[in-house]
Amino acid sequence: MAISKDTVKYVAHLARIRLKPEELDVFSVQLEEILKYMEKLNEAEVSHIPPTSHILSLKNVFRADQVRPSLDVDAVLENAPKKKDRQFSVPKVIA
Amino acid sequence: MSYECVIGLEVHAQLNTRTKAFCGCAVEFGKEPNSLTCPVCLGLPGSLPVLNQTAFEYAVKVALALGCQVQKNTKFDRKNYFYPDLPKNYQISQYDLPLSLKGSLEIESADKMKKIGITRVHLEEDAGKLIHLDDASLVDYNRAGTPLLEIVSEPDISSPLEAYDYLTVLKAILQYLGVSDCDMEKGTLRCDANISLRKTGVKTLGAKVELKNMNSFKAVKDALEYEIGRQTDLLSENKGIIQETRLWDAKKLATFSMRTKEEASDYRYFPEPDLPLFTIEDSLIEKIKGSLPELPREKSARFVKEYGLTEREVKLVIQDKDLADYFEACCKLYPKAKIINNWLIGAVSAEMNSRKLEIATLRLSAASLIELIKLVEDGSVSNLVAKDVLKEMLDSGKPAVSIIKEKGLAQISDTSQLEKIAGDVIKENGRSVQDFLAGKENALMFLVGQVMRKSGGKANPKVVQEILRGRLKNV
Repeated sequence: MAISKDTVKYVAHLARIRLKPEELDVFSVQLEEILKYMEKLNEAEVSHIPPTSHILSLKNVFRADQVRPSLDVDAVLENAPKKKDRQFSVPKVIA
Repeated sequence: MSYECVIGLEVHAQLNTRTKAFCGCAVEFGKEPNSLTCPVCLGLPGSLPVLNQTAFEYAVKVALALGCQVQKNTKFDRKNYFYPDLPKNYQISQYDLPLSLKGSLEIESADKMKKIGITRVHLEEDAGKLIHLDDASLVDYNRAGTPLLEIVSEPDISSPLEAYDYLTVLKAILQYLGVSDCDMEKGTLRCDANISLRKTGVKTLGAKVELKNMNSFKAVKDALEYEIGRQTDLLSENKGIIQETRLWDAKKLATFSMRTKEEASDYRYFPEPDLPLFTIEDSLIEKIKGSLPELPREKSARFVKEYGLTEREVKLVIQDKDLADYFEACCKLYPKAKIINNWLIGAVSAEMNSRKLEIATLRLSAASLIELIKLVEDGSVSNLVAKDVLKEMLDSGKPAVSIIKEKGLAQISDTSQLEKIAGDVIKENGRSVQDFLAGKENALMFLVGQVMRKSGGKANPKVVQEILRGRLKNV
């Protein structure tokens, strides 16, 4: 599968990564190689295997609806690059 | 050219569990920002979400109450997008194996019952809250991770009024189940609407517009009505409808394009590896089915049968479970259901609305309301004055009898007093007297009104009418 520069740009945008023009070239080649390698999986015979979303046989793991202590707000904000009024401060975003 | 509209609604209801969907942080409104957070709901590395069993059972409960097919196997998925209200950069939601599919809900439309299909009911988590300042946005993650039910309707709704009725019925069901507070102003219930127009009779769907930012049922109705007008104008000028998201502006009473970059959402859903699969056993479904309370439709049917009222009469009381319970408590004390119902949907509802209180917080016991109703029924106080007495009861907490006594509000049925007032009124309103004698019944009601006014609302209108008729015969 050929990966165009537009595809790399699109994926970079979804991941909120800024790429330089020369990086677009590098990554389109690399991504193409990676996906080509992944295509090997298509050769596996899986017709007898039901679609699997989880590999563990665990099922129905629940927690009782009981309150447990939350973190201290100081601890919550400790690693925040910016904070204000006991809240995380982030660059202004409006949907 | 006439157009018909096709509407589908997407409702999000916060579940009123004690804790969040995937961690033990309390779900509470109005706490100090970020004080109800932990590594799980902050999306810190190495944390592991574990599903709240009550939230899961509530979701199954709602699915069953809406007649949905609860799925044997269900899983959670990550919905990926970048927005600071989402600490993990993905929302735990459900994609291709939702908890339930294909239900329905019945609304009354043009005097007939109409079935609105429910596409799916699934469980997900709420996001945090943003406050936008001039130069930054502040994030409070207290709400992040609150269990949220997404209820998606089929595009079966064909008018703004039907949309309003659908929401009213859905809210009543959720409240009867006791799983959500359903307060649109507080955001515990939210609704987005999809609407498209097509020429009447055409089968294919037109371009779909998504409406957001409505914070009441009435706003949903208003936004849809506005949108029908806007789209009809465009279509009749042969202009196309742009498929987009528009925000309702409650002040300008109009919708405005969100003007985001033209780009389809690409959420890159994939299975949430941190949560294993869930299997819903028949035994759990049976257990929850057995625990379902009487739902609005069933209660309505029972009220009609037990209290001899019509479906229409009980409609308002049924919509509010607490009010319906209150109605029954009143009926136990006094067997006149119709009179009680009229009080509840009339004067009592008016007080609830103007005071912005619920029946439970109004501080009016069924016994004290019945005491007042009895005083009206035995003629001790007029209907008109009784409404003021009710206000005073709510203000002061005093019983009806003492208010009537203290303020001298007892109804005047004493004929000698009323004869005198009636005589004055007849003298002062010669014109109306002539009208009545010429055969106009309405003129008599006017004269009764004048006597009521002169008596400060205390005259017994029935007695006044008899006196006036008697006197006017002899004019």
